[in-house]
Amino acid sequence: MLLRFSRICTSLLLLLFSANILANPIEASDNSKEFDVNEMIMHHIKDSHEFHIMDINGHAVSFPLPIILWTENGLVTFLSSEFDHDDSGKVIVKKKKQAFVKYHEKIYYAEQTGYLGKYVIYDDNGFVLNKKPLDLSITKMVFSMFISMVLLVLIFVATARTYSQSRNGEPTGLGKFTEPLVLFIKDEVALPMIGEKNYQKYMPFLLTLFFFIWINNVMGLIPFFPFSANLSGNIAFTFVLAVITFIITTLVANKDYWKHIFWMPGLPVPMKLFLAPIEFLGIFIKPISLMIRLFANISAGHIIILSLISLIFIFKSILLAPVSLFFSVFISLIEVLVVAIQAYIFTILSAMYIGSAIEEHEH
Amino acid sequence: MDLVTPDIGLIFWTTISFAILYFILAKFAWKPILGAVTEREKSITDALSAAEKAKEEMANLKADNEKILSEAKLQRESLLKEAREIKSKIIADAEIEATEKANKLVKSARTAIENEKSAAMKELKNTVVDLSLDIAEKLLSKELDDKSKQAENIQNILDKTKLN
Repeated sequence: MLLRFSRICTSLLLLLFSANILANPIEASDNSKEFDVNEMIMHHIKDSHEFHIMDINGHAVSFPLPIILWTENGLVTFLSSEFDHDDSGKVIVKKKKQAFVKYHEKIYYAEQTGYLGKYVIYDDNGFVLNKKPLDLSITKMVFSMFISMVLLVLIFVATARTYSQSRNGEPTGLGKFTEPLVLFIKDEVALPMIGEKNYQKYMPFLLTLFFFIWINNVMGLIPFFPFSANLSGNIAFTFVLAVITFIITTLVANKDYWKHIFWMPGLPVPMKLFLAPIEFLGIFIKPISLMIRLFANISAGHIIILSLISLIFIFKSILLAPVSLFFSVFISLIEVLVVAIQAYIFTILSAMYIGSAIEEHEH
Repeated sequence: MDLVTPDIGLIFWTTISFAILYFILAKFAWKPILGAVTEREKSITDALSAAEKAKEEMANLKADNEKILSEAKLQRESLLKEAREIKSKIIADAEIEATEKANKLVKSARTAIENEKSAAMKELKNTVVDLSLDIAEKLLSKELDDKSKQAENIQNILDKTKLN
């Protein structure tokens, strides 16, 4: 009885202690020995210039990626391994009479006035004041995106090949797996959202969009090299896709669409005036919601799984490992569903926006 | 803040990647796949509509057959009716003719009998006249000889002469 009581007390204390850590992540990060969950997760969620594979005996093993910079003296390229895993602005790489440092996964021109061995200077709010070259590096996410492209091209060109081999247009081999997905986009997304008359024009876009998002979502869930990059949970990625949808919607929109935005038919004039600014904002809110939805959902999935895994390190107890593993496997399984649904939602909403832009009203 | 600030480099590469991916897949994957799918769907619709058409034709044929059959039945009925009518008409006609003929025959027979009868009567009358004359002659000649004989003679003649 006494033993049990003391055990409960210990676990309560542990809980209190860990809550303290969570509440004061900065304090915890001061001590470099302490495991910083926040930093680990953020590091994973964000992009990086090298592909970290694992740590062996405290030494990082990573896949070096090319750094491409457009500087004041023109194009500069070198491998990320030249920074020697440094991310705190302490290592200088000199190219074309310029010196570069990497600080928090951003590349800056090195400043000589640095302190504590750092070549970066900040203002009082912690903003880095160094100048930055235009960074077009093949980062972890770009690298991951290239892999996804290669996979997609291999899968679907192989699928297309199977049709020339089949006698009566029936899918064979790989096509048996991929064709239902293509048909799903056709029958459940393009046809109902865009309509029979115009859907064929947008099929290549919708298919590319859906599979591009989906494969990158799935690749993000695979926890080892060369996958695991949180590309579809990166705002730049979702931004580009949302902008493409926005551009297509705006370019193909017919007179009816603009009329419904600026001068809603069938309403009294004050109502028309009231609705016009709302509808106008809607043009931009639609793609912004697309962008944020995908970014937030995928990032959140990664954060949840990593947090659950981190429980082991937060509680510093191997006993918690089964619980933590159980939950992270559980969430991973849900994530498998979520990533497919998110790709589907992005695609169906894009199709809907395009469909509403080219819809012909009968009144 | 870093998390929600789109990175220029990634924007640049995503745009290029998506454009390249779009053109490669559109040309080498989506076009042949969707083409095959559309073609197959078309052939299925065609086959279905052909089957539907065949079904319709079958139904039409059946309806035609039934129509022909019912028409044939009607025709047969009307033919039979006609035949029956003709038959009864023929019978009636024949009866009428037969009656007429019989009547005619009877009539002509009657006329013939009448004629014969009158001829016979005429002849009888003539014969009676002749006889009377004969008798008268003989009587007259016998009377002249013998009165008793005369009476006998007359009796004789009368016995001999059978009044028809």
